[in-house]
Amino acid sequence: MLRYIGKRLLIAIPTLLIVSIFVFMLQKILPGDPALVMAGEERDPQVIAFIRAKYHLNDPLIMQYFYWIGGALRGDLGISLRTNQPVLVLIGQKLPVTIQLAIMSMIFAFAIGIPAGIISAIKKGTIIDYVANIVALSGLSIPNFWLGIMLILLVSVQLGWLPASGFEMFTVDPVRSIQTMIMPAFVLGTGLAAALMRHTRSAMLGVLKSDYVRTARAKGLSENVVILKHAFRNALLPIVTLSALLFGQLLAGAVLTEQIFTIPGFGKLIVDAVFNRDYAVVQGVVLCTAFGFIVMNLIADILYVLLNPRMREGA
Amino acid sequence: MKFKHLLLALATSVALVGPGLAAEFKIGLNEDPDLLDPDQARSFVGRIVFASLCDKLVDITPGLEIIPQLATAWNWSDDGMELTMDLRQGVTFQDGTPFDAAAVVANIDRSQTLPESRRKSELTSVEKIEATGDHQVKFTLKAPDATLLAQLADRAGMMMSPTAFNASGLDFANNPVCSGPFSFGERVQQDRIVLNKYDGYWNADAIHVDKVTFLPIPDTTVRLANLRAGDLDMLERLAATDVKSVKADPNLSEAEAVSLGYQGITVNIANGAGAGSPIGNSKLVRQAFSWALDREAINQVVFDGAFAAGNQPFPPTSPWYTKDLPVPPRDVAKAKALLKEAGYDKVDVELTVANNPVNQQLGQVIQAMANEAGFNVSLKSTEFATLLSAQSAGDYQTDQIGWSGRIDPDGNIYSFVVTGGGLNDNDYSNPEVDKLLNEARTNNDIATRKSLYDQANHILDDELPIIYLYHQTWIWALSKDIKGFVPYPDGMIRLEGVTKG
Amino acid sequence: MTTIAIETLPEQDVHSENRAWAKLKASHSAMAGAVLVVFFIAIALLAPVLPIADPTATDWGAVRKAPSALHWFGTDEIGRDLFSRMIWGAQASLLAGVVSVAISVAIGVPFGLISGYFGGWTDQIISRITDALLATPFLILAIALAAFLGPSLTNAMIAIGLSSMPVFIRLTRGQVLAVRTEDYVEGAHAIGLSHTRIIARYILPNVFSPILVQATLTVATAIIAEASLSFLGLGQQPPAPSWGSMLNVAKNFLEQAPWMAMWPGAAIFLVVIGFNLLGDGLRDALDPRETD
Repeated sequence: MLRYIGKRLLIAIPTLLIVSIFVFMLQKILPGDPALVMAGEERDPQVIAFIRAKYHLNDPLIMQYFYWIGGALRGDLGISLRTNQPVLVLIGQKLPVTIQLAIMSMIFAFAIGIPAGIISAIKKGTIIDYVANIVALSGLSIPNFWLGIMLILLVSVQLGWLPASGFEMFTVDPVRSIQTMIMPAFVLGTGLAAALMRHTRSAMLGVLKSDYVRTARAKGLSENVVILKHAFRNALLPIVTLSALLFGQLLAGAVLTEQIFTIPGFGKLIVDAVFNRDYAVVQGVVLCTAFGFIVMNLIADILYVLLNPRMREGA
Repeated sequence: MKFKHLLLALATSVALVGPGLAAEFKIGLNEDPDLLDPDQARSFVGRIVFASLCDKLVDITPGLEIIPQLATAWNWSDDGMELTMDLRQGVTFQDGTPFDAAAVVANIDRSQTLPESRRKSELTSVEKIEATGDHQVKFTLKAPDATLLAQLADRAGMMMSPTAFNASGLDFANNPVCSGPFSFGERVQQDRIVLNKYDGYWNADAIHVDKVTFLPIPDTTVRLANLRAGDLDMLERLAATDVKSVKADPNLSEAEAVSLGYQGITVNIANGAGAGSPIGNSKLVRQAFSWALDREAINQVVFDGAFAAGNQPFPPTSPWYTKDLPVPPRDVAKAKALLKEAGYDKVDVELTVANNPVNQQLGQVIQAMANEAGFNVSLKSTEFATLLSAQSAGDYQTDQIGWSGRIDPDGNIYSFVVTGGGLNDNDYSNPEVDKLLNEARTNNDIATRKSLYDQANHILDDELPIIYLYHQTWIWALSKDIKGFVPYPDGMIRLEGVTKG
Repeated sequence: MTTIAIETLPEQDVHSENRAWAKLKASHSAMAGAVLVVFFIAIALLAPVLPIADPTATDWGAVRKAPSALHWFGTDEIGRDLFSRMIWGAQASLLAGVVSVAISVAIGVPFGLISGYFGGWTDQIISRITDALLATPFLILAIALAAFLGPSLTNAMIAIGLSSMPVFIRLTRGQVLAVRTEDYVEGAHAIGLSHTRIIARYILPNVFSPILVQATLTVATAIIAEASLSFLGLGQQPPAPSWGSMLNVAKNFLEQAPWMAMWPGAAIFLVVIGFNLLGDGLRDALDPRETD
């Protein structure tokens, strides 16, 4: 097991390196001069020259890359051109926000998606299955920025139930935190719930036909026990591995949702950074998300290996 | 007996609770400010926060007259080379440092010498500044500069505590200390900026708010939704198309002021790759383009009539507006005739616009109007950062772009049309205009300056290096219980005299 | 000997093709999806010949008018007919979906084939690059690419296409790996068939079904991606219509002119559901393990 983890981590290194080169090149080929953007309206040539010198923007690309990657390896991801804050600090401020959003969305997704998937599988072919499928597909098909705006208009303006934007960390003010995060979590969660529901359904379907379920039924166990104890537990495997992957994708999917609901998280940070040509921020954030994604993948694979032998033993 | 006691208790408690009611103010901003350091700041929205955080040497009236704030009186020498200012006494910075001449000198010094300072170009005329008394300073200029007072009414004149910036250097923005009505509380990037009432403020009686929270909410629909839902007390830059609905809403009120800036089309005359087009080469073609546009209709269609049509660098409401050059109506026949005179049947024009819905809508309206008069306009939508670089390098034919505006008229015209001007992106050059504008910025007499700008405007209206289109109106939406707000053309929110409830 | 070996190599099974087709036709939801997809494709193709208004004709007097007999879907912010813009917009949105996926498939599948078939260092390098692409958040990649190439529909399609590519590389590679060790492939090697023939004749047909399913589903996400990019100002530029950019403008007028947002929102929703239903149906129909 440890060797497996070690090998995977080793492979992660060239991957991360490629990501770093890739995102660095991407930033540099973007047209537009960050010094010009940062200099302000008056475009004082003295200031522009100063910015270019201070952030090594005049150096050859290779040098700039090594400055950055060297710093990154020491834990210094550079400074945001826009706010003068160290990128690491910015990430430290925004990541918990997006993670909270992600966790709340996952809770939504699990609470809705898994039961829906189970019921749909049990009642396969009936109206309930049909309706559940349509609803799930709808969740997948609605552009989430669209859903967000409609929700704000309905829930905040017309009904006045929830605040239209703003945000509070759960650790600071739990009530307000939930109030401000419920709508964005719902918006993000619908797509996930849909995906989870479909995967749960197909995993359950596969399992319900299997030998050990037939055996359980033959043993005379009640249908509920069959479903919950045997079928579901075995269907859990693909669901669990999918969830670990979805969590990683959530971070990226939060981009537009954070924009609409004005949540100062990762997604908003990076969109603004791309438009402001805030190189260091984009590079730092992408490197972090890539790292997180790789870790998530690794966890998913480990879970897969861990859960598998136990499954075989349990049945 | 008991009854009297009860009455007394009630009376005292009411008396205590009355003024003790903490009035908290939430203001919705269109963007998140960049750096809360007046020397390093470079955004319009940052100035809104500064209006509550930092006092300046001088301020303006809504009519753009310069009035005292931290400076109580000032005097120019006869040759215009020296400006002496008397400073207000009894003022302290929010960290207790006394405000005096030494502090002013330290501030101006920092603005001029800090490498990151964006204020250098605003103070280029200042040779040196010295303290001529505990509460008096004297500016010595390299050349007469009529714009200096106006510069000191903005960020260049904002006074920061020298104790604070000496200690924190570039990190001043993380914990700014000035002498304004509110002191810095906390900031969460892209989420909120909180300011608390500064009890030691010299004009504390005029402040009836205890705490101000600025919330950046970029989406105009969501910002308004917040106001309607009661989560904001006021917001800035209400979308022009939302004005009607806010006016019809009994719980909201609305305030407006025509801004100091302008929006227009800059035509590339001689800069880089984009030069050499028919419209860049011939002033007749530019005039034709201008006559093809219906500025009032543009205002009506795109901005619901809330903005102000314009044809000069200054809005029609400005004291500097040249009255004998009114905003022209549309005249398609004249446009076609001018094109013919220039020798063209049809002219292709490429118009670069920023890629947001409002600017794109504006571009499409311009396109439709010009196409009826013999032009063939193609739109090129560009991202902001790319637009800036392209503009600077001359990679455009015509560009729909504007300027946020400055208090002094020089700030709206000089750098744009003077030969080699810092913001002259089309390489327009006319020695006559140069002469007029150079003289206007060194002469302190208002009547003389007005006449010079009038003459310059006549030339510019003929040559049209910039085809001015309209002037944005600053529009604020407020909750009905906010009283006493005065709209200013500089777009700032001044909380003196503003009450809630 | 040779004759026998060739005879035992499985060719494309005519029976299984018919079976898949029949299953597809039998599924109500798949057919519903197909109907939706065909409907929108038809609209997109027929736009130039339909008797509708000019989608770029402005009318100052008819700004943001509600649906009426004159303008069936109402008008937009500069007085253009929304019904016409919706129909012409179908072209942009569907193109965005289909072309992006075509790009992804055209680049992704060959790389996946090479990676899975040849293994070794080629596989390692391609896989690491694919990992890197997958690890970069999709929308960020698309935004950066679109910003680099310049805001336009074509560039948005390229950006989305490149961002969706890794999935196809992965998928193809996985399929190739599964099939590569089969006896009939080993046998083909043994009798000296060239790599190209082996890939074309024995590997590609097995890869075809999952790719088709994935492609159909990816069209759905590509259409939403175009709408998202347009929301940020990076997709189809005016005055040409696309549902995504129409939504972007409409969000500023939700109160004054809600119909401006209704139509493109509904259209995106329907076309995406259509492709999802169709994709699901294809997956069920082509899955050899499904037994009912």
